[in-house]
Amino acid sequence: MEVVNSIRPILAIGVSLLAACLILLTGERARNLREFWTILAAVVKFSIVMSMVPFILDGKVIEYTVFTIAPGLSIGFKVDALGIFFGILASFLWIITSFYSIGYMRSLNEHAQTRYFACFAIALSATMGVAFSSNMFTTFLFYEVITVCTYPLVAHKETPEAIKGARKYLTYLLGTSIGFQLFAIFMTYNITGTLDFSHQGIFGEARGVVSDTIIIVTFILFMAGITKAAMMPFHGWLPAAMVAPTPVSALLHAVAVVKTGVFVVVKVVVHLFGINLLWDIGLGTALAYFASFTIVAASVIALTQDNLKARLAYSTVSQLSYVILGVALLTPSGITGSIMHIVLHAFGKITLFFTAGAIYVAAHKTKVSELNGIGRQMPFTMAAFTIGAFSMIGIPPFGGFISKWYLTMGAIEANQLPIILVLVSSTILNACYFLPIVYAAFFKEPGTAHHNAHAPAHGVAFAGSHNPHSGHKLHEAPAMMVVPLMLTALGTIVLFFAPDFFLDITKIALENVTGGK
Amino acid sequence: MTTQSPALLIIVPLISAILCLLLGLIRRGLCYPFVVAVLGVSVILSFDVMGTVLNDGVIRYRLGGWDPPWGIEYMIDHLNAFIAIIIASISFVVAIFSRKSIEHELAKGKIIYFYTIYLLLFTGLMGIVVTGDVFNIYVFLEIASLAGYALIAIGRDRAVLASFEYVVLGTVGACFYLLGVGYLYSVTGSLNIMDLTLRLPELYHSKVILIAFAFFMVGLALKIALFPLHVWLPDAYTYAPSTVSAMVAATMTKVGAYVMMRIMFTLFEPYFSIKLLPVTTILGWVAAAAMIFGCIQALAQTDFKRVLCYILIAEVGYIVLGISVGNRAGFTGAVLHILNDAVMMACLFMIAGAIYYKTGMRHIYEFAHLHKKMPVTVTCLVIAAISVVGVPPTCGFFSKWYLVLGAIDARQWFFAFLLLASSLMVAIVFFKMMQTIFFAPAGESAHAHIDEPHKEHKHSRDEAPASMMIPIFIMVAGILLLGIFSGQIVSTVIQFTVPKGF
Repeated sequence: MEVVNSIRPILAIGVSLLAACLILLTGERARNLREFWTILAAVVKFSIVMSMVPFILDGKVIEYTVFTIAPGLSIGFKVDALGIFFGILASFLWIITSFYSIGYMRSLNEHAQTRYFACFAIALSATMGVAFSSNMFTTFLFYEVITVCTYPLVAHKETPEAIKGARKYLTYLLGTSIGFQLFAIFMTYNITGTLDFSHQGIFGEARGVVSDTIIIVTFILFMAGITKAAMMPFHGWLPAAMVAPTPVSALLHAVAVVKTGVFVVVKVVVHLFGINLLWDIGLGTALAYFASFTIVAASVIALTQDNLKARLAYSTVSQLSYVILGVALLTPSGITGSIMHIVLHAFGKITLFFTAGAIYVAAHKTKVSELNGIGRQMPFTMAAFTIGAFSMIGIPPFGGFISKWYLTMGAIEANQLPIILVLVSSTILNACYFLPIVYAAFFKEPGTAHHNAHAPAHGVAFAGSHNPHSGHKLHEAPAMMVVPLMLTALGTIVLFFAPDFFLDITKIALENVTGGK
Repeated sequence: MTTQSPALLIIVPLISAILCLLLGLIRRGLCYPFVVAVLGVSVILSFDVMGTVLNDGVIRYRLGGWDPPWGIEYMIDHLNAFIAIIIASISFVVAIFSRKSIEHELAKGKIIYFYTIYLLLFTGLMGIVVTGDVFNIYVFLEIASLAGYALIAIGRDRAVLASFEYVVLGTVGACFYLLGVGYLYSVTGSLNIMDLTLRLPELYHSKVILIAFAFFMVGLALKIALFPLHVWLPDAYTYAPSTVSAMVAATMTKVGAYVMMRIMFTLFEPYFSIKLLPVTTILGWVAAAAMIFGCIQALAQTDFKRVLCYILIAEVGYIVLGISVGNRAGFTGAVLHILNDAVMMACLFMIAGAIYYKTGMRHIYEFAHLHKKMPVTVTCLVIAAISVVGVPPTCGFFSKWYLVLGAIDARQWFFAFLLLASSLMVAIVFFKMMQTIFFAPAGESAHAHIDEPHKEHKHSRDEAPASMMIPIFIMVAGILLLGIFSGQIVSTVIQFTVPKGF
């Protein structure tokens, strides 16, 4: 495999770091200039990432080592198919989210916007760092940066509730990453003498030298330590983090943070342990069933949630485990489905979060039970919601279908028929918790909601939003928010009809993993 | 100059201490630049010594030309040249910091004596490091300790009482050490470390030697405040003036840890300390207890400096744990942690001093919204805190890296787990602090939102003066650079400090 030496990955990471500095320097005095930095950085970052794509499609790998601390321990970057896949996704959605963020933050007249945009930019830098890192140490470094710099975003509202949620967020993520993941990294280094990702895994040669028990323990420590993937029982932080402003929930908790989690899981499974080793020990199947439990249990919990964002959060918990399930099947289709689900779920879920934010801004509603008839008031938003929900359920012609297809194929290849049952039941559960919202929004009379809308109208007058008594009047969120959410909704449809771009990259990633078999 | 550098390391500050007193009698303002200049020279000398060691190997300097074992010999290898650089650099940077802080916290008349004793403290610490003679170590240990008692007693509030407590326990520690020296001398008739190394192996089974070793260990454990012999430290370092806290916290315990390494692995062979006696096992458990105890206590404190003191106790536990696992990675981690911890502690105590200087606040619960008043200081605090927690790429991570690898190599899973657990507890300590600083209690912040302009006015920026900020910047830069270059530091210096038996 041809290796290209280029600092492009560093540029992709650095550009939003630079933007964060500029944002902090510009501050509240020139808000438009400050927002300009965000947009500029987002566009430049996406261009840099895209400029690396031709190399990857040619089957090359971009590498750059910044410095080496000890043999096998360095800070370095390697852009391969898997990494570029994640990089494209995160940097593209950052552009859309930036516009949405500006609309959201300005409509609600939020405080501390400078801090918000700066932390957001740093979080994106770190996400790129995870996507492009060439070893587990660099991954861990950026993994922790994401945790630390998203903490102010979760605590943004600075209410006791927000601070409590943010504390839970930090406790889960930092606690498990230091307590388990770092320990697993130490074990890995101790066993293999290196932390560099290798396409077929680095543990292969260690087997026989150390006992299987130690390898299994290391694997469990990794899985317990990568809490960003929100696998049960370490999923509690995700619903708690829903106190964050909606754009944060959208990008970070549907894309950057949680996808970093599953991305690292995928990396650990295929590039540290290697699918052959896991197949031999039988750890893949164990992980698959563990993920299956999360898929079903989280879906059931989602059914019981009345808060819209909480329902979406549990839906995320469930969907993230699809990715883990796919890779744990250790079959070509399973891994393809897993990688594809990273992008397809991202588009669907970000649409849903965007609509939740738009509903909050326009109608100031957060509960599912208040959404009766809201579709007449906000037709564009709710249409996008419907598309997002259909994609989540996996109905063609929406993107979510593709990954479910591959996952099912993967389960058949792996000869794990119970997994198909899990996928089917999860699909039904998805429909159960999404379709009633769609139905209520479009077909129920806003009668019951009327009562609810009254109460805040007499209480505090929310800035910029006047509670409409009539559900029939068109009352959408600002265009700055509605256009992005329609774009992402459109994205899920486009991805169904033209998934080739992502599928090609996935194919290369798969060839790397299986060694071209 | 080069051949005389080892002696100059001691003589320059010793003579300067007296000169400083005389200069101060002429004009008080001269003391500060003089002390800074002297310590600057010492830094250059310490690097010069390190250069010689790297090029020509171990230096054996005969003081006054007397041959050992009769004369006093200064023996400098990679380990103590490394420690000497740490001591000299930290003392130099803290001295720069001292100016405003001391003027603020001490009566005018005491400033001259402060600087004089400061130089004596430095002389003592440097002496312990460079000398190759067990009795000479005792002499310098007492010089450093006496200077330390005096400097702590200068402080306000309960400083005198705290200092007295320190005097009592510190003297007990010194006595134990001296008893150890006495026992050794009674059976070998020698005080020179290199000489003793040759004579001791045949006496390893002698009861006298065993008792001497025990006295050494307990005495030193008292000096480095190893749990459960730490009781003097929190009071003494909390009530000392900020400058003194920064200096002693960063250097005193580190020098003690260095002496412990020397006694265990140079004076006695690793075979004696690890195999013959279960010393390392006992020390390992004590160190593990220190790590956990220090962190738990730190969680319970509200006084910022006291929090740091308990973290320091935990950090001493790290170093001793690294020594006690008895392998290459662990020892590397211990030596690297001496450096990193010195830098981090100096940085944090100086930040505490800067905050106290500007706002008069000592307690963490008073720090609400401090980032609006002192944004730069708070940024430095965050970086230092991240390093103490052990998040890469700050230096604190890399010493923990080696320590944990050492524990895993020794198949001491429990120690490896405790190292990470204590990291987590330190994370909670600092997280609580950050939460107070950035997200003050809800009532207050809700109030602050209503009248935004008023709040801006109230929290107008007001940083500590440059003479305090620059040393803090140096230390923060050190935290970041030492992390990035830790690989080079290990490969050029620390790997040569590892004892032969490992």
